[in-house]
Amino acid sequence: MTATDAIVIGGGIHGCCTALHLALRGLRTIVLEKNTVGRHASGVNAGGVRQLMRHQAEVPLSIAAMDAWERLDDLLGPDLARNCEFIGSVGQIGIAESEAEMEWCHARVTQMRSLGHEFEEVIDARELRRLVPAAADICRGGIISRRDGHANPFRTTQSFRLRAEQLGVRFMERTRVTGLEQGDRCWTVVTESGVFRADILINCGGAWAWQVAEMVGEHLPRTHFASTLMVTSRMPHFIDPVVIGIDRVLSFKQTEAGTVVIGGGVLGDPDLNSETADTVADRMVVSAQTVCEFFPILRRATIVRSWAGLEALMPDVIPVIGPSQVARNLWHAFGFSGHGFQLGPIVGSVIADLVATGESAIPIAAFNPGRFSSNDMLGSTCIPDRKVSQEAGHE
Amino acid sequence: MTDAPRTHCELAIVGGGPAGLAAAALAAELGVETILFDEQPTPGGQIYRNIEANSRKHDALSNILGADYAKGLALVERFRRSGAAYEPLSAVWQVSAAGKLGVSQKGRAYLTRAGRVILATGAMERPVPIPGWTLPGVMGAGAAQTLMKASGLVPEEPTVIAGSGPLAYLVALQVMKAGAPLSAVIDTSQKGLFETGFAALPVLSGFGRDLLKGLSWMAALRKARIPVFSGCNLAVEGISRVEAVSFETRGKRQRLSASLLLLHEGVVPNNQITASLRCRHVWDTAQMAWRPWTDEWGATSTELVAVAGDGAGISGARAAAHRGRLAALDAACRIGRISRAERDERALPERRHLQREARFRAFLDSTYRPTEAVRRLADEAIACRCEEVTAGELRAFVAEGFTDINQLKSFSRCGMGQCQGRMCGGTVARVLAQSLETDIETVGYYRLRLPVKPLPVAQLAELGNAERDLRPSPMGVDGDPSQRV
Repeated sequence: MTATDAIVIGGGIHGCCTALHLALRGLRTIVLEKNTVGRHASGVNAGGVRQLMRHQAEVPLSIAAMDAWERLDDLLGPDLARNCEFIGSVGQIGIAESEAEMEWCHARVTQMRSLGHEFEEVIDARELRRLVPAAADICRGGIISRRDGHANPFRTTQSFRLRAEQLGVRFMERTRVTGLEQGDRCWTVVTESGVFRADILINCGGAWAWQVAEMVGEHLPRTHFASTLMVTSRMPHFIDPVVIGIDRVLSFKQTEAGTVVIGGGVLGDPDLNSETADTVADRMVVSAQTVCEFFPILRRATIVRSWAGLEALMPDVIPVIGPSQVARNLWHAFGFSGHGFQLGPIVGSVIADLVATGESAIPIAAFNPGRFSSNDMLGSTCIPDRKVSQEAGHE
Repeated sequence: MTDAPRTHCELAIVGGGPAGLAAAALAAELGVETILFDEQPTPGGQIYRNIEANSRKHDALSNILGADYAKGLALVERFRRSGAAYEPLSAVWQVSAAGKLGVSQKGRAYLTRAGRVILATGAMERPVPIPGWTLPGVMGAGAAQTLMKASGLVPEEPTVIAGSGPLAYLVALQVMKAGAPLSAVIDTSQKGLFETGFAALPVLSGFGRDLLKGLSWMAALRKARIPVFSGCNLAVEGISRVEAVSFETRGKRQRLSASLLLLHEGVVPNNQITASLRCRHVWDTAQMAWRPWTDEWGATSTELVAVAGDGAGISGARAAAHRGRLAALDAACRIGRISRAERDERALPERRHLQREARFRAFLDSTYRPTEAVRRLADEAIACRCEEVTAGELRAFVAEGFTDINQLKSFSRCGMGQCQGRMCGGTVARVLAQSLETDIETVGYYRLRLPVKPLPVAQLAELGNAERDLRPSPMGVDGDPSQRV
């Protein structure tokens, strides 16, 4: 039996970051992780650090996150910050190949400016080719967020974990939560390796977070998915920005090692119970076609691996961040629907604010867990459609 | 290529060595619609590579390769007559649990569906991660033999062969006969053939010929005045390529110059496909290697998939053919061509042969354990050669508290390179298990997914054109939505 202030369920990037921020506020915190830290979506996503083409509701959070990415030194210290392999300001570009897509880019930028957001701009074919000489002639221009970049997702998650540990957080790996009980004074968390007690409980369970919620009788969408990534053997350096499609299944970046990570939201076959996902060759064809069309240099590349991380998917493709509707002292932060990595450094501080003051300086009303109460998707199955998975797969 | 690839078959066999050839021939004879996929241009596998062409020549090369090699011809001829379809030069880059095969052939990739799959992917040489093993001029003895079989290439520079097991001696004899300047053999097995051979005589009755063969190889080397050392703790010396090999013999360090160093510490099952299928695997302590769990017919824990031959655990070429036939009988029975009774009846002679082979295999396994340097890597030894990760670096991650093999992969990039973890999977697991003082089964293996062979992006992009019927629904998800969580 262990007494402590806060227990975080789930050792993904949001669980690690939340634990870190709780510790900064002086709370004695434990993270319970059923596998190992960063085992699923947090460790195996494509590592995009992207403000570009974000859902409106996520923009304030995303801007605050970008500030945090640029000041990782402050949060993590120089060594752990370097370990994240964050490369900012190379830009992320949504490539337009049709007049309709160019028009969409203009409309999007106009709308964002009207809301006071300046970080996106339209670029023409010439600027696109200056930034990305390898782009094929069919690429007409696009939309760019110049501050964006990428990082190493596995190392980033581990850096947050290590920083949290430096601040006294205890990580219990291979410790699966099997039951939750709220008594008068505190939560009792039953796991395979013992019972833990704490006043405060944070659910960062990713694809399994709905199961945690159900332990207290709270019903949240159960949908999960696995976004496919494939990686090539090393190629000579040919591109700095991260590129994504607008209406096409496309997303890729070249890593420091020279390998090219190709994503874009092609669905793998997730298996929640065996806690893994298979990739499916026939579905990956469309990704391969698009990268070859937009970047003929990739025709020569060789795919050496593919994988798919398990992640929760909300019906409206934005996360759940906020207090439980049914239990006191329980907060949720999950359901990032395939694009939560960039939000990694900020969500934990929002949760810590909520825990300490009941409020967040950054608007999070749109992420309210109660928004599904009257939704017919609640608790049922929901199959991600093409558009959703494409949005979901951008990171 | 003019013929459109077949979109389905009853039985797909992957690999054209003795297990695959025997399985395909028997299955086709029993009326099963069978396709054999193989990476090589001609049937035979590693052991009988290029057997048809080489046996027609009756030249010096066939003399060098010997009578055992020539035996493969009968297997190939029976396969050729059987009516099984044959797809050479075909790399199988995926086998799914549903029997879907991804094939890459002549610059083009396609998918095909099989009712049942027999994997006969054989063995690969065990990596020998001694310090300096990745220097140019160091290669596997088996790889050198492959070059001789495939293209008649013979070493021209001063050559040293170091290793354990019959193949090390066989290759020594073959390169010597072929006129290569063989300067020495370093036997890294800690027991000699004599001591264990005679101690094991009761078990080995009936294998006199095999033992004599081994002894005759040694005698031939002695006659040619090729020095044979008993050595351990090998290290390769050299800056940009191998210059010498050093080793301990009778308590002293010795050094031999070499321009070509051929290493051999036995072979291990090539289990990439069964690992990617997440078939249940067991760690074979005697053979120091992973093998997929199988029943007595070679069936794995994955419903549609069986494994035959060395891919299911090393038992040699003769046993491989029998194991191939057992898997074929089981496939024919499952598909409904023969009854269970007929399957069992026909299996009896194959099983008798296998029991006999098993005794000899146990002797080989106990005699030729991999050398200590392979069992416990030096810190400076490279474990993953694609990404140049040393055992010492891996141990440092473990010391920091990272205890999962896939965490090591994510941190160090071990297993992420061109060989897709094929070469280092066992080595990294061993280093990790030793550091944690646990067994290898607890440590496990890399998570592998398609492609199990590197696949050009352009080939994947064009895959869609061949196989409309296998494309996913526009929703991008197969199956009944109500069955999903």
